[in-house]
Amino acid sequence: MTTLWPRVEPLLAKVQKPARYIGCEEGARSPVHAPHKVAWLLVYPDSYEVGLPNQGLQILYELLNERDDAVAERSYAPWSDMEAQLRGRGIPLFSVDTHRAAGDFDLLAFNLSAELVFTNVLNCIDLAGVPVRSAERAEDDLVVMAGGHCTFNPEPLADFVDAFVIGDGEEVIAEITAVVGEWKRSGRTPGSRQRMLRTLAAVPGVYVPSMYDVAYDGPALVSVTPRYPDVPERVEKRTISDLGAWPYPKSQLVPLTEVVHDRLNVEIFRGCTRGCRFCQAGMITRPVRERPVAQVRSMISDGLARTGYDEVALTSLSSADYSGIDEVVKGVIDDPACSGQVSVSLPSLRVDAYTVGLAAEIAKVRRTGLTFAPEGGTWRLRQVISKLIREEDLYGAVDSAFSQGWQRVKLYFLMGLPTETDEDLEGIASLARNCVAVGKKHSGRVSVTASVGGFVPKPQTPFQWFGQNTEAELRRKVGLLKDSTRRDRGVTLKWHDPRASVAEGLASRGDRRVGAVIEDVWRHGGIFQEWSEFFRLDLWESAMERHGLSLDWYVYRHRSEDEVLPWDHISAGLHKDFLWGDWQDALVASGVEDCRWTPCYDCGACTGYGIEHRVASAVPPAGGSQGTGQDLSTGGFVPVTLSGARS
Amino acid sequence: MKVRVRFSKSGKIRWTSHRDVARMWERAFRRTSLPLAYSEGFSPRPKVSFGLALSTGHESVAEYLDLELVPASELDVESLSGRLTAALPDGIEVTAVGRIDDRADSLQHEVTSCTYELVAAGATIDELREYVAQALAAPTIVLTRQRKGQDVTDDVRPAILSVDVLDEVEADDGRPCVSLVAELATQPRGLRPAELLAALSPTLDEVRVRRTNQWILRADGARHEPLGVVTELALADA
Repeated sequence: MTTLWPRVEPLLAKVQKPARYIGCEEGARSPVHAPHKVAWLLVYPDSYEVGLPNQGLQILYELLNERDDAVAERSYAPWSDMEAQLRGRGIPLFSVDTHRAAGDFDLLAFNLSAELVFTNVLNCIDLAGVPVRSAERAEDDLVVMAGGHCTFNPEPLADFVDAFVIGDGEEVIAEITAVVGEWKRSGRTPGSRQRMLRTLAAVPGVYVPSMYDVAYDGPALVSVTPRYPDVPERVEKRTISDLGAWPYPKSQLVPLTEVVHDRLNVEIFRGCTRGCRFCQAGMITRPVRERPVAQVRSMISDGLARTGYDEVALTSLSSADYSGIDEVVKGVIDDPACSGQVSVSLPSLRVDAYTVGLAAEIAKVRRTGLTFAPEGGTWRLRQVISKLIREEDLYGAVDSAFSQGWQRVKLYFLMGLPTETDEDLEGIASLARNCVAVGKKHSGRVSVTASVGGFVPKPQTPFQWFGQNTEAELRRKVGLLKDSTRRDRGVTLKWHDPRASVAEGLASRGDRRVGAVIEDVWRHGGIFQEWSEFFRLDLWESAMERHGLSLDWYVYRHRSEDEVLPWDHISAGLHKDFLWGDWQDALVASGVEDCRWTPCYDCGACTGYGIEHRVASAVPPAGGSQGTGQDLSTGGFVPVTLSGARS
Repeated sequence: MKVRVRFSKSGKIRWTSHRDVARMWERAFRRTSLPLAYSEGFSPRPKVSFGLALSTGHESVAEYLDLELVPASELDVESLSGRLTAALPDGIEVTAVGRIDDRADSLQHEVTSCTYELVAAGATIDELREYVAQALAAPTIVLTRQRKGQDVTDDVRPAILSVDVLDEVEADDGRPCVSLVAELATQPRGLRPAELLAALSPTLDEVRVRRTNQWILRADGARHEPLGVVTELALADA
C-alpha cells in the first residue's frame, strides 16, 4: 500500500515526456485510502496527452472523491518506452496521483471513447498484474469496469471486462460503490466475487457479460440471454435528466505539460437531436439536456479565474445549437475580467447558425481554428445522412468567417456513406473549391482544407445495418478525390488511413468472438492502434485468420432487418423499429428535422425514460436549423456567381 | 518598469520542461492579473523573458525571469512573491523579486556561468576525486555532443570553471553515489551537467542535479548573481 514513486522516478530520465507520469496537476487530489472506502482507479487507455482532458473521467474523479465511501485516482496508458521500463523492472501500472500500484485498488475503471484503444485496455489490465480474462480472475482480484460511448456495443470486450456502465455515469457510480464496498468489507470470501457481480448485474445501467449465455448458428449470432431470472434481458442506459444538477468538473485539472484541448472546457449541453444518421454520439445521448445559461457563465468565470487559461471551449455535440450561445459568447468576450484576452472556441459548429455576428465576436480576441462539417458532398447525400446543411448556408458561414479575417477553414467529410456515388465525391471537391472562391472576395490567400474520413457504421444508429466500404474501395475513393482536387489552388485534401477504418469497423460491430482477435492482436504487440506509427492492419488480419473469422462477415456485410445484432440486449432507449424506419428513409434520401422543435418521431429516448428535452427556447433559431424553418427544396442551390468557379 | 523574479523548481515538478514552466507562468500572470506590458502588433504577447533553460529533471533554487510591467503600475514587491507563488503549481516558488534597470541586458546575454550540485553514480568517491584531478589538470578535453540535432566536437575544458567532490550519498533507490559541486560556463557554448560527467568519465551516471546559482561576470572581473544577492541557502540545505 505504499507509493511506487521511488521506483518510478529513476525511470523518468529514460523516457520521453516524463511529465506524463508525475501527476501534480492543479486540481489533482491525494486521497487517503481506508479499508471502508472503495478505491477506484480511473484509467484512460491512451496516452496522457489524449486522456487527461477527458471530461467524463474528470467528472467521476471529482464525484467519487467527494464521497465518504470512495476514493479515486487516475492512470493513463504508459507510452511504449515507459511500458518497457516498467516490465523490465516488474513495476505494475500505477496511479499518477499518489503513484500507488493498480493492484491496491478495488476497481479498474476504463473510459472507452474509441474502439481502437481496446488492445490498450488489455495491456493496462495486464500491466496492473491482473489476468486479462474475467473468467481467470481470482476471488480477491480487483473488478474491471468500463464506461463511455463504446460500451453501447460491449461484446468485443465482454471476455475482459467484469461489468460495463451504459450511459451517464454520474448517478450509477454511487450504486456500484455500495455493491463493491459490501464485497470488500465482507472479506472477499470464496464465492463472494460471483455474488457481487450478480448483484451488480441487477443495478440499472450495469451490464455484466458473464451473466449472459451467447448462442451462435455458424457465423450468425442467435441470442444473448440472461442466465438468471434477476438479470435483465435488456440493459437500459442511465440518463441524468438535469445537467444543471451536475456542475462538474468544478476544478478542471490543469496539466503541467502540453495536452490536447489544453483550455477550459465547459459542457453546455448533453445529447443531440439533429438526427444525423451516421453519428453514434447523437443517437445514444438523447434527449437534449441544456445547462442553464447562468450556470454556464459562472462555470466559465470561476474556471478562468482558477486556472488562468486564456481559452474556453463550449463543448457539446453541436455547440451553436445551444439556445443561449450568443449570450454566453458575448458575455465572455466582453467581460472586463477577461480583459479582451480570453478566446472562445466552439468545437462543433453547425453552419446554419454560424453568423457574421458570432464570427465577429469570436474574432475580437483571437481567430481560433474554424471547422465546419458538411459530411456529404451533395444535397442528396446529405439527405441520406440527415445532415441537412444547405449549400448556401455553408457558403454563408464561410463568407462570414473570411469577412472577419479568417484565412483558413477546415471542412470535414465522410466517404463510404450509404448510397454514395462518385458524383457525391466530386461534390466534396466542388464544395471546397467554391468555398475558396467565396474567400477570394476577401483575401487572395485563403485556403480550405477538406478532411475526409472513411465511414465506419456504428451500433445503435440507423446505419448499423450497412456494410462498410472495403479498404480497396476507400482507397479508390481517396484516389478520385486526389485527382479532382489536384488542380485546385487553395484546396488541401487530407484523408484518414482506410486500413485503420477496417479495424475500427471490426471492433465497432463485432460480437463476443471478436474478443479473441483483440487479445491476439495485443499479444502480438498491437498497442496504441489509434496511432498511425503503431497501427498494424496485418496483426488484425492474421488474428482473424487464426480464429477462423472473416472481415467480410463482420465489417463489409449488409445486415438484414430480422438479424440479431450483438448489441440488441443493450438499450440506448431507441426503438429498433424507429432505427430501421430511419434507415429505410435514408435509402430514399429523406432527411428528418430536428425533433427539438418539431413533433416527436417516437425514437423512444424520451418516452421510454419519462424525460424530456431541456432547452431554453421552444422555437428554432432565426434562419432555421436542421430542416426546421428552411426551404429544403433548395438545399443544393449554388449561387450563380460561383457555378463552375475554379481558382 | 522591469522586474526580475527569482524562483525555485523542486520535487516532482522538475520533470516538466522549460516550455512547460513558461506556460505555468503565463497562467499565473493571468490568475494574478499582473499589469504586464504587451508587445505591439497583430498578436500582442506579454513582455516576459525567461533566462537560461533548465534541463528537464533538474531542480533549481536559482531560476530567473524578467517581466515588463505597464509604465505607471504600482508594484508592491513585498506581496508579489507570495501572490505569484500562490498562483503557481506546487514545487515552483518565488524566492525574490526586484526592480531592475529598464536598460538591463537580457538574462540570456548577461549570465556567464552557473553552479550546480550533482549526485553521480558509477564511481567511488576516491575514483571521482581522481577523475576530477585529471580533468582539471588537462589542457584540453575534447568532447562530442549534440546541439540542435547536430554533433558538435569541441574543447570543453574552458567551460569547467571549478569542480569539487563533496561526499558519499545514497540515491532514492538505494544506489551508492557521490555528490559534487561544479561551476560551468554558459558562454560561448555552455556545458551541461551531464556533459561534465561524460568529460570526467564515461562510467558516471547522472542521478540528481540542482542548479544553485547563476552568475554574471562583469568586464571588471566582479561576479554577482542576477538579483545581486548571493545566497548560501542552496548549499546550506543540501
